[in-house]
Amino acid sequence: MKTLKIDQLSKNFGSTEVLRKINLEIDEGNFLVLLGPSGCGKSTLLNIIAGLETINEGNVHIDDYNVSKVEPKDRNIAMVFQSYALYPSMNVRENMIFGLKQAKVSKEKIEEQLQKVSKFLQVDALLERKPSQLSGGQRQRVAIGRALVREPRIFLFDEPLSNLDAKLRVEMRREIKKLHQQLKTTVVYVTHDQTEAMSLGTNIAIMNHGVIQQNDTPENIYNKPSNTFVADFIGSPSMNLIKGNLKESSNKVSFNTHGSNIEIPINGYDFKEKSNLDNKEVFFGIRPEHIFFKKSNEEDFEINLRADLSEYIGHEQIMTFNFENQEVLAKFPSTVKIDLSKNTKLFFDLTQISLFDAITEERI
Amino acid sequence: MQDKIHSSYKQLEQKSKYTNMFLRWFLYFVLVVFALYFIFPLYVMVVTSLKTMEEIRQGTLLTWPSGLNFDSWLVAWGGRGYGAGDTFLKPYFWNSIKMVVPAVFFSTFIGAMAGYVLTKWRFKGDKWVFLFLLFGCFIPYQAILLPMARTLGVLGISNSVIGLVLVHTVYGIPFTTLFFRNFYVSIPSELVKAARIDGAGFFKIFFKILLPVSTPIIVVTIIWQFTQIWNDFLFGSTFSFGEAAPIQVALNNMVLSSTSVKEYNVDMASAIIAGIPTLIVYVLAGKYFIRGLTSGAVKG
Repeated sequence: MKTLKIDQLSKNFGSTEVLRKINLEIDEGNFLVLLGPSGCGKSTLLNIIAGLETINEGNVHIDDYNVSKVEPKDRNIAMVFQSYALYPSMNVRENMIFGLKQAKVSKEKIEEQLQKVSKFLQVDALLERKPSQLSGGQRQRVAIGRALVREPRIFLFDEPLSNLDAKLRVEMRREIKKLHQQLKTTVVYVTHDQTEAMSLGTNIAIMNHGVIQQNDTPENIYNKPSNTFVADFIGSPSMNLIKGNLKESSNKVSFNTHGSNIEIPINGYDFKEKSNLDNKEVFFGIRPEHIFFKKSNEEDFEINLRADLSEYIGHEQIMTFNFENQEVLAKFPSTVKIDLSKNTKLFFDLTQISLFDAITEERI
Repeated sequence: MQDKIHSSYKQLEQKSKYTNMFLRWFLYFVLVVFALYFIFPLYVMVVTSLKTMEEIRQGTLLTWPSGLNFDSWLVAWGGRGYGAGDTFLKPYFWNSIKMVVPAVFFSTFIGAMAGYVLTKWRFKGDKWVFLFLLFGCFIPYQAILLPMARTLGVLGISNSVIGLVLVHTVYGIPFTTLFFRNFYVSIPSELVKAARIDGAGFFKIFFKILLPVSTPIIVVTIIWQFTQIWNDFLFGSTFSFGEAAPIQVALNNMVLSSTSVKEYNVDMASAIIAGIPTLIVYVLAGKYFIRGLTSGAVKG
C-alpha cells in the first residue's frame, strides 16, 4: 500500500499547461521533497494533493483510495503554509483547535490533543496570544502545531521556511527533521531551496516546466543527475558541463573538446547503454568539489589549466579556470594559494563524473 | 585653510536658519488664512442660529449674539405647535434614521460578501462581474431615476422609507463591493486554504476568519455610505414626498415654504441639525477612516 500515489496527473490553467503526466509514489513514513525553480508547478501539485485545486486528468490516491473528488477536509491531510496562514483574529489555542472543532471532536479529546502538541512544540506558554504577538519562529511552530493536532496521514508543507531569516531557517529545518524522525509521518514538502531539500528529504523529486525531471534519493540526485537540468540545479556552484566529443577505439572511451589535444580517459563509467559512443557529442560533467589541487588517488586525471578568477567566501574559495575557452569552476579551501593568470596543476576525480548527451541533455 | 572652510559653513548655516524660519512663519500664515476661510460659513451658521430675528435684522453677519438663545433650534426640531403648515425636522429626522441604518447595513454586508467571493472564490467570468459592478459607480444618479421609479411602483413601495432603503442599498453595492474587494485582495488566500483544510465552509470562513479582520474597511464603508445616504437629496425628493420624506427633503421644504418672513435663525439651526449625524459618525470613526484607507496586507 502506498500512502500517496499520483498517476498520470495533468493540470492546465486555461491554455497554460502547469503539470504534465505526473507520476509519483510515496511509501509510509517517507519525506518527499518537491524541488524546482519558481513556476515549475510544485506548489500547484501540492495544492492538488491537498484538494485545493481541481485536476484536469489523472488521479490522486491516498492509502489506495481515490481522493480526486474528495473535499480537502476529508483527505486526512494537514498543510503548513509559507505565510503561516494563522487566523489573525484568533489566539494560538483557537488557531490550533479550529480544525478539530469543525470536525466536531469531543471537548476532552480536543483539550488532550492541544496539551500534547503544544507541549511537544513548546508553544504551551503562548496559547493565549494572538498571532501578531508572536515571532516568526513561533508562528511557524504554531502553524505546524495546527497541522499536528489533526493527526493527519500526510503532512503537506508549502515552502514553510521561506519567510524566516537565514539563521532561524537553519534552526527550523533541523526541528522539522527531528519532528519527522520522531513522528514518522509521511511528508510532502515543497521548496526551491536545494539545501533544505537535500537535508530533509528521504526522496527528492526535481521538477521543471511541469514535469518531474528526477525522483530519487538525495545521494543519487547529487551523484547521478539524470539530465543537465538536474545537474545544473543541484550543487552550489553547479556542476561544470564541458562540451566535447567522445572517442571510442579498441573498447577504450575518452573525452576531448573540439580541437584540443587534451584527452580525458573514461574508465569505469557506468554507461546506461554502451553503444554508438564514438563521436557522440556530450557534456562532460564534473562538480567543482571534485576538482583537486593535489592528487588524492591514483585514478585522478592530471591537467594544467589557467586560473582566471578567485572568489573568497570564508571557509573556501571558488576558482574559475579556463578549459579550452570554457569556464570550469573548482572549490578549494581558502588556505590554498593559487596565482591568477598562470597555469595550475589540477586533478579531476574521474570516479565522480557524469556524461550527458549534448542533444537530448539526458544522462548516458 | 580649515578655519576658512569652517567659517563659510557657519555662514551657510546661519543663512539656512533664517530661510527656514521665514518659510515656517509663511506656512503658518497661509494655514491660518485657509482655516479662517473654511470656518467662516460654520461660524455664520452657528451665530445666526443663536440670534433672535430682531438681532439679525439689526446686526451684521458677524455680530456676536446677545446670549445663548436656543429658541430657533427648538422651533427647527419640534415646530411651533400650531396645526397646518408647521414644518419641523423631528419626524423626518427619524425617517432618515430609519432609511440610513438598514441601507448602510445591507449595502455594507452585501458588499463584503461580494468582495469575499470576487477575491477568495474566483469563478469563471468573475472579472467581468467586477467590471460591471464598477460600471455602477459611474452611472449618474439622474440616469436611473425613471426606471427606478417604475420599479418601485411595480414593487408597491414607492413613497416609502422601504423604497428608499432599497434604492440606496442597490446604488451603494458597487462602491461597497469595490472597497471590500480591494481590501480582501491584500489578505493572503492561504488563510482561506488553511480554513478549507480545517473543514470550514463558505460562510464559516467569511464570518469567522475574514470578517473579524475587516474592521478598518467596514468603518470606511459605513462612513462613506452613511454620508452618501444621509446627505442624498435627489433620490429622497424624487421617490418620496410628504410624510415619508427624509430630512434633507424636509429641510428644503422648510426653508422654501416659509410664507411670510424668512426666519434665518431657524433655517440655520435646521441645516446644522441635518448635518450633525454625519459629523458624529466622522468624529467617532474618523481615525479608522484614515487607517482603513491606507491599510495594507494583514500579516497573519
